[in-house]
Amino acid sequence: MKIKQLVLDPIVKDNPIALQILGICSALAVTVQLKNVFVMCAAVTLVVAFANMGVSLIRNHVPSSIRIIVQMTIIASLVIVAEQFLKAFVFDQWKTMAVYVGLIITNCIVMGRTEAFGMKNGPIESFFDGIGNGLGYSFILIVVGFFRELFGSGKLFGMTVFELTKDGGWYQANGLMLLPPSAFIIIGVIIWLIRTYDPSQVEESN
Amino acid sequence: MSALRSFLDKQGEMFHKGGKLEKLYPLYEALDTFAYTPGIKATGNTHVRDSIDLKRTMISVVFALTPAILFCLYNTGYQANAAMAANGMEAIGWRADIIRMIGLGFDPGNFIHNFVYGALWFFPVFLVTQIAGGTCEVIFSIIRKHEVNEGFLVTGMLYPLTLPPTIPLWQVAVGIIFGVVIGKEIFGGTGKNIFNPALTGRAFLFFAYPAQISGDAVWTAVDGYTGATMLGQAAAGGMDAITYSWNDAFIGLVPGSMGETSTLMCLLGAGFLIMTGIGNWRIMLSMLLGMVGMSFFLNTIGSETNPMFAVTPEWHLVMGSFAFACVFMATDPVSASMTNTGRLVYGALIGVLGVLIRVVNPAYPEGWMLAILFMNSMAPLIDYFVVERNIKRRMARYV
Repeated sequence: MKIKQLVLDPIVKDNPIALQILGICSALAVTVQLKNVFVMCAAVTLVVAFANMGVSLIRNHVPSSIRIIVQMTIIASLVIVAEQFLKAFVFDQWKTMAVYVGLIITNCIVMGRTEAFGMKNGPIESFFDGIGNGLGYSFILIVVGFFRELFGSGKLFGMTVFELTKDGGWYQANGLMLLPPSAFIIIGVIIWLIRTYDPSQVEESN
Repeated sequence: MSALRSFLDKQGEMFHKGGKLEKLYPLYEALDTFAYTPGIKATGNTHVRDSIDLKRTMISVVFALTPAILFCLYNTGYQANAAMAANGMEAIGWRADIIRMIGLGFDPGNFIHNFVYGALWFFPVFLVTQIAGGTCEVIFSIIRKHEVNEGFLVTGMLYPLTLPPTIPLWQVAVGIIFGVVIGKEIFGGTGKNIFNPALTGRAFLFFAYPAQISGDAVWTAVDGYTGATMLGQAAAGGMDAITYSWNDAFIGLVPGSMGETSTLMCLLGAGFLIMTGIGNWRIMLSMLLGMVGMSFFLNTIGSETNPMFAVTPEWHLVMGSFAFACVFMATDPVSASMTNTGRLVYGALIGVLGVLIRVVNPAYPEGWMLAILFMNSMAPLIDYFVVERNIKRRMARYV
């Protein structure tokens, strides 16, 4: 497969959240503020890419019966590296996300890609597949985060866009957008739009 | 009449295929079938011949709602006028100006005064609902190339009745747009929705803008007046804190969401719905039993810290929106269970859950909206088990 295809396909055509419905837990948890979204997306993208590559490098030496444990070990190590990195350089951000960074280990996208792609393909393809899926994940999270922060607190990246009524402005904050279920609703609408654009994603009705 | 017919026929040419306004055909069709019975007959070999169609079903619900709407007009005005009279407050705003302009006053004892003032609060909400929701409905029917369904007529009647009189009109519009698009059209339109669209819209407002739809300040249409609903009073101080009599609550002369206060008017509606077979008596009955059973149970347990435990079943019946939810919301034929056994289970669980939310959860004084929405999502599952059980039973018979 071409590298370009590997990177671009997961964004709309084969999106890990919108089509495979993986990794939605963190899509609910970290999308209240766009700043957190970007940190999370960068962390997930790099973890998926390197975990995918790492698994792919040793794929021919791992006995099938313990492959899941080996994959977990690689993923967990990378997540710890990512977490230490965040603690060192963007400590404030890390504080607000805290547990969710550690929880990248359990993000189904990472495990799903190493198992479905890394175990079967070469390291370079695997790396770009990881980047592509990370970007697909980021695309959804950024859209969700954009709407949640804009409508929930009238801000983008912490800068006021809509002046809130409680500060004397005109915009009344939408409380629903601050609650996790709003991410579900927004993801649902994104899925609706993507499937209208690309009807081949619609499941056959039984 | 025939002049209207020929006028419609003449205009119709523009809207049919190839005409100038082909895209707006759903609008023309809606107007045409609103005025006349469609001339199209069913063809093919077998079909059920019945006098009742979607349009008649929907209009029956509107008839059943009429007492509640009329009472809503009176009570909204009455509550506002009574509060102003008791506290010596002055009515302000454009509604008060209209009242003064047409020479009426704000006397809580005067039926006309109350009725007109209430109407001035209800109708703006109603109109905004119809315009905003109806526009969504028409846009979707144009894109999807189907006719405008009558379903919205009922949604658009129920929704404003569940709102407090002081709700800002832009929120009314946002709520109903959410209800129609996310609650209904996303699933394929009338008849395919899994949630009750009116309640979906209300739930959106409830979580998005809680300050305008809950608390003590919004239930009476007087600026700056704070008066708790009976549920608010009971949650704060138990039965002793309720300042209204049971009879007042039963008739509906209490503050609350505009159309939901009167148990009596909902009972009239229930009678009509059951008589015509539009509303299902099983859901209403089992929901009532579930509510009575659960509240009796909690009442027997009692609690020293939570005064809501002390509220007895007959008060649960008249407080808040139980009657309205039971008669008009839970019985929505699309989002409720479809099997008879399933309906009993569905209704009973709504009754139990609603009381649980009311009594045990301190964050939400009223529970029916959330209980019904939750059970809406469970309704297909209940039906599935009922059908499976039936299949098993009949398989056993023939083995």
